[in-house]
Amino acid sequence: MSKQKLLGLNGDEAVAYAQKQVNPDVVAAYPITPQTIIVERFSEYVADGEVDTEFVSVESEHSAMSCCVGASAAGARAFTATAANGLALMWEILYIASSLRLPIVMAVANRALSGPINIHNDHSDSMGARDSGWIQIYCENAQEVYDASLEAWRIAEHPDILLPVMICLDGFTLSHTMENVWTLPDEAVKSFVGDRVFPKVKGHLGEAELRLDPENPLTMGPLDLQDYYFEHKIHQVKAMEQALKHIHEVEEEWAQLSGRSYSYVEPYRMEDAEVALVGMGSMMGTVRHVVDELRGEGIKAGMVKLRLFRPFPAQHLKEAVGETPVLGVLEKCVSFGAPASPLLEEIATTYYAESQKPSLTNFVVGLGGRDVPPSQIRKAYQALLAAKEEGEAAITQQFLGVRGV
Amino acid sequence: MSKETWRDLPLGAVSIRSSLEYHTGDWGVEVPRIDHQRCTKCTLCHFYCPEGAIEMREDGYTEPNLDYCKGCGICAKECPVQCIEMVRKSE
Repeated sequence: MSKQKLLGLNGDEAVAYAQKQVNPDVVAAYPITPQTIIVERFSEYVADGEVDTEFVSVESEHSAMSCCVGASAAGARAFTATAANGLALMWEILYIASSLRLPIVMAVANRALSGPINIHNDHSDSMGARDSGWIQIYCENAQEVYDASLEAWRIAEHPDILLPVMICLDGFTLSHTMENVWTLPDEAVKSFVGDRVFPKVKGHLGEAELRLDPENPLTMGPLDLQDYYFEHKIHQVKAMEQALKHIHEVEEEWAQLSGRSYSYVEPYRMEDAEVALVGMGSMMGTVRHVVDELRGEGIKAGMVKLRLFRPFPAQHLKEAVGETPVLGVLEKCVSFGAPASPLLEEIATTYYAESQKPSLTNFVVGLGGRDVPPSQIRKAYQALLAAKEEGEAAITQQFLGVRGV
Repeated sequence: MSKETWRDLPLGAVSIRSSLEYHTGDWGVEVPRIDHQRCTKCTLCHFYCPEGAIEMREDGYTEPNLDYCKGCGICAKECPVQCIEMVRKSE
């Protein structure tokens, strides 16, 4: 295990510091709250000569992602960061990045989408991008942000995966909150991340590395109509299946190096839990605290944190939940007109074919940065305990912490 | 011709053929038929064709390249002597 240094970093600085250690070839970004610190810090590293990165100050997020697509296609390591409306402005290019199998890494400081305009945290931005073909990792604290920022490169560039990775950190709650973060020495990071490897592909002029090189020309993503588009979408489906198989290899290697091990799905006090909350991101730290309190009161409460949302770790989730009959799904996002929010729908799909399925209650919380305090988590557990008494496998949706509902 | 399955295609939506081999001429329903008896060699059809699919012959007449002609009919519309007729491919 490497000797590590403890730094006081907020989530954004943890991202920037990790990327400084990676020293990517290209960073193209447009500042947007609450991601701004990432770009600010990184541009300081560039100005101070601490990295060799070509920093491209673009005029929009659409250009930021387009620049990353071009750079990554040319063989560069390309990084960007955004939030909310910035992510929305990248939309069409997100799909191009994933379909061209470009291992771009992007930090998303999760923020509510306008309108009305709001700069605070919820998951409406990245949840909307869940079908864009990007891998999504949700972080609970600044340490996870730092670790995921480095693991992301290995995951994205894994020869069996080759997909862009989105590291999601809650705006302000993580992005602007200083925490103790253990960091690895630069050399350890450098050797962990290694060099980008290019698979060989057979283009129209024969075999070449999958990158744009005038000496060995190939064409990426030209017109693709009824005749081949569908097959190329299967490539992306298969890549996500491969991601689910291989991400843990990167996590294991990281655990050996850093002593910090992660899983796709992380259960807490689930062994004999009768009710449990499932969710993602920083609020799961609050949930863990409430679980401990409830356990102290003799209530068999547990929690399941998802770190990986895309690809969706259905099997891991089932193993983490075990026999717990009553689940609540905390979500900082709402899908208007849908039966429930996205995470609940994924979980419901996971259990559809099972004869024993838990009841599922969807708790929509924290929209637009509304605080999610322990008292609210307690209310959710109380609702779950009431659902347990009813004993029916029903799906319901509740909005917690909003006036008049 | 049986086309490649997803297993046969390269990663990253990399093109397996040059765009010259992408014969867009099979998109259309109609093709132009030029009556060279009435043609005055004005070459307007060559210049109006949005696909560059009406080629010049050495003898000064024009000829549609059916590999790329999408059958839009602009050439027939613009021909000042109406010597271009759009005919269904099935005919």
